[in-house]
Amino acid sequence: MQIHDLATADLRSLNAALQAQAARTNQTEWEVLNPRGAHAIAVGLDAPLDVTVKGSTGYYCGGMNKQARITVTGSAGPGVAENMMSGTVVVEGDASQYAGASGRGGLLVVRGNASSRCGISMKGIDIVVGGNVGHMSAFMAQKGSLVVCGDAGEALGDSLYEARLYVRGAVKSLGADCVEKEMRPDHRADLERLLAAAGLDHDPGHFRRYGSARQLYHFHVDNAGAY
Amino acid sequence: MCGIVGLFTKTDALRPTLGRHLSEMLITMSDRGPDSAGLAVYGADSPGMVKITVQADDPALLGKLDVPGAAVRVIDTHAVLTLPQDAATAVEAQLRATGGLRVMGRGERIEIFKEVGLPADVARRFALADMQGTHGVGHTRMATESAVTTDGAHPFSTGPDQCLVHNGSLSNHNSVRRRLAREGVAVSSQNDSEVAAAYLTHEMAGGKDLGQALTSALDDLDGFFTFVVGTKTGFGVLRDPIACKPAVMAETADYVAFGSEYRALAPLPGIDTARVWEPEPAKVYFWEA
Repeated sequence: MQIHDLATADLRSLNAALQAQAARTNQTEWEVLNPRGAHAIAVGLDAPLDVTVKGSTGYYCGGMNKQARITVTGSAGPGVAENMMSGTVVVEGDASQYAGASGRGGLLVVRGNASSRCGISMKGIDIVVGGNVGHMSAFMAQKGSLVVCGDAGEALGDSLYEARLYVRGAVKSLGADCVEKEMRPDHRADLERLLAAAGLDHDPGHFRRYGSARQLYHFHVDNAGAY
Repeated sequence: MCGIVGLFTKTDALRPTLGRHLSEMLITMSDRGPDSAGLAVYGADSPGMVKITVQADDPALLGKLDVPGAAVRVIDTHAVLTLPQDAATAVEAQLRATGGLRVMGRGERIEIFKEVGLPADVARRFALADMQGTHGVGHTRMATESAVTTDGAHPFSTGPDQCLVHNGSLSNHNSVRRRLAREGVAVSSQNDSEVAAAYLTHEMAGGKDLGQALTSALDDLDGFFTFVVGTKTGFGVLRDPIACKPAVMAETADYVAFGSEYRALAPLPGIDTARVWEPEPAKVYFWEA
């Protein structure tokens, strides 16, 4: 176990050490102490590391992650796991706005609530939120899945493309071109897989699926008056 | 960008060290606002007395202040005058008419200190760490809507014992400023945040409590904002419905705290076991002693 205490060592040396780990490193276990809301902890990793951050983080924790498993034992500030490529980021507490924004792959698990714009412009990442998500979540989402075990705020899935949204609780409102869709067996299997990966045992039958009505993909001349 | 910090005590535990906590919190927000910094502190009151905080770019002016019946405490570019309530209005008018002086605020308990410069320097110059009180609101400024001047620094106080700090930018501040002017409320600077402060003061002067005034701000103010406001005995928080500007709060049995980021809350005693949450958009939060 490598221990890096941010009370005595600086953030830059932590990220440099984590980023320097080779793909076959045997130093896979890392613990980060005293994060105290610092920004950009454990960003840009590209090795199968297991990093545990003991406390709460500021902006962009776990950004651009590849391969690593990063766990935040407290809450995470804005943009956690932003642009993740692969690997797993787990937030034991809450996540602030735009969690998992523009992620291309991997899994983000938020055990508490995520605030506004969770999964904005997601491009293949899977996101599982144990609690609620705030307004404009999955805005312009293109690919991947967002699972919400609690409620979703206003304008869920506004202007979304092909991402799959699964919500167990209430949806305050759907955004433009987002509609409820049938939960077919392949969706149910997808949801079961995601819940299992997040260590949650909710019944997939209690979720509803939302997706794109695909009415905004192309310009319709009938809508010209709206511009 | 800008950074906001606030601390409202519910018990006596943190009151003797309020200034230390707030100045530590303020300094963590330096890279959100290195242009200017300020703090409003609600300290002890004396029955029948009022405090007026004034600022002068030339501190020599403060040494020459001659206000009969007033105790004058000079701190760097600021002075706090304590004087009998019945003389306060006349004295405030006299101070406002004195060249080189700015009136920062007035009230039974509020004192306001703000200047251009790094938060650590501002905190040191005004010995913010030594201040005591029940609650306080601080701000680190990265200027957007008006120049980097003492007048543009936060907090803004536009009514007795009231103050406001703002992270964001208002897009309709000129029309609100004109509306307030028609109703007889003058806003002294070109700053958008001062308009918000004057708006709330005007609404409260019309009979609303702080919570009601904040609720009407959601309809009347347009743009991005996270506001933290203080009154003589109250502390309020409001974010606009889009809520782009960051905010995090913490509550324990002893206090309610606000920070633009968790970094600002990290130095607080008991933070590891506090309830920490992100305030909801367009929801008025308000605590009253």
